Amino acid sequence: MATAVEFTLNGNAVAAIAEPGETLLSVLRNRLGDTSPKAGCLQGTCGACTVLVDGEPVLSCLLLADAAAGRHVETVRGLAQGPQLHPLQEAFMERFAAQCGFCTPGMLMAAKALLDHNRNPTRAEVIEAISGNVCRCTGYLPIIEAILEAARRLSARG
Amino acid sequence: MPLQLRTTDTLSEAAALLASERAARFLGGGTLLMRAVNEGDVSFSVIVRTRDPAFARMRTAGTRIELGAGVRMAQILASRDLAFLHPAARAIGGPAVRSMATIGGNLFAEHPYGDFTVALLALDARVQLASSLGVRELALEEFLRARGRSERVLVSGVSFERPADPSAFRFHKMTRTHPKGAAVLTIAALVPLIGGRIVGARVAYGAMAPTPMRARAVERALEGRPLTAEGIAAAVAVAAEGTDPPTDALASSWYRRRVIGVMLRRLLLGET
Repeated sequence: MATAVEFTLNGNAVAAIAEPGETLLSVLRNRLGDTSPKAGCLQGTCGACTVLVDGEPVLSCLLLADAAAGRHVETVRGLAQGPQLHPLQEAFMERFAAQCGFCTPGMLMAAKALLDHNRNPTRAEVIEAISGNVCRCTGYLPIIEAILEAARRLSARG
Repeated sequence: MPLQLRTTDTLSEAAALLASERAARFLGGGTLLMRAVNEGDVSFSVIVRTRDPAFARMRTAGTRIELGAGVRMAQILASRDLAFLHPAARAIGGPAVRSMATIGGNLFAEHPYGDFTVALLALDARVQLASSLGVRELALEEFLRARGRSERVLVSGVSFERPADPSAFRFHKMTRTHPKGAAVLTIAALVPLIGGRIVGARVAYGAMAPTPMRARAVERALEGRPLTAEGIAAAVAVAAEGTDPPTDALASSWYRRRVIGVMLRRLLLGET
């Protein structure tokens, strides 16, 4: 039986009908029109569907939609403030951290999960933070550099 | 067939549902079961889960550590009392997997997954199984032997003795890709020293047999020996004894047998 699910999406209260077994990824993309989390492997291997739930990174392809009920969900769509890109988005753009771009939303959210808790991460901590996110284009180095650059800008901002 | 979701208040109700419904599977963190849902697996049509607080309870302060099966890898990493288990928890996926994957689910993870179970095996953990009649307990090794026939049992928790000396506990997962990948092989070892001699060694392997296994020949060869290159030589020589490693995309059975001794030596001598 389909059930109603209510949660907060990027600061806004939302509600959707979810079928039993339907994932948060499916509800975000197909029912709420937020296509920023990507459907990659649907096995928890690629990380393209990574979103934050109550600040923690989760794989939205493996989370039942109703497990998000009453919680705060963040996606890439909520990163920019109007025309102002998030420092992570700016750094990714400037350092060519995206090529095909498919992994980028997951990378950005995995990086945000790190920087929200740790404004001064080591290179090793950045590598660990994105270790569940696969990129087949960049060779990872530009992504690691971009996250370190965003961390510097965020800590300079205080 | 559409899926049905059943959420119970207690573990025993969840266990009763699993026992009575052939088409039911239990949902912990979702990193195994939801993969099957996404793949269109029709071998089950009912998903059972529980909101019983006991399922995610942690008792970590005493000498006997008790963890609910619903405890997630991220909770292990957040616990200072469990620092000796951090390398094993960190070996499980990236941060997003670790905020979902449970230690109970890991007990059911098939090759090449299930690295945390290897750590629990070296700690000689006991597994609690819930049923409508109550909880019964068995050794993890015994649980693993019956695992293929037990997918409708409900694991409610695990317990094990805290190593008196945390540095006596060692863990290494060998992967082809870095920093993360599925295991070529995994080794966990508990090598307590008394008066400079190993007493009560326990060594467990992952990816060296269809399920995680204890390396009994290695354990016997370590007993009473010093933790030096000479002291462990006999154990390293029998490292592959009793193993039956699979051949897969990561490594051949031959390769796994060849390198297990090398990795065991490095782990025991602190060279990993």
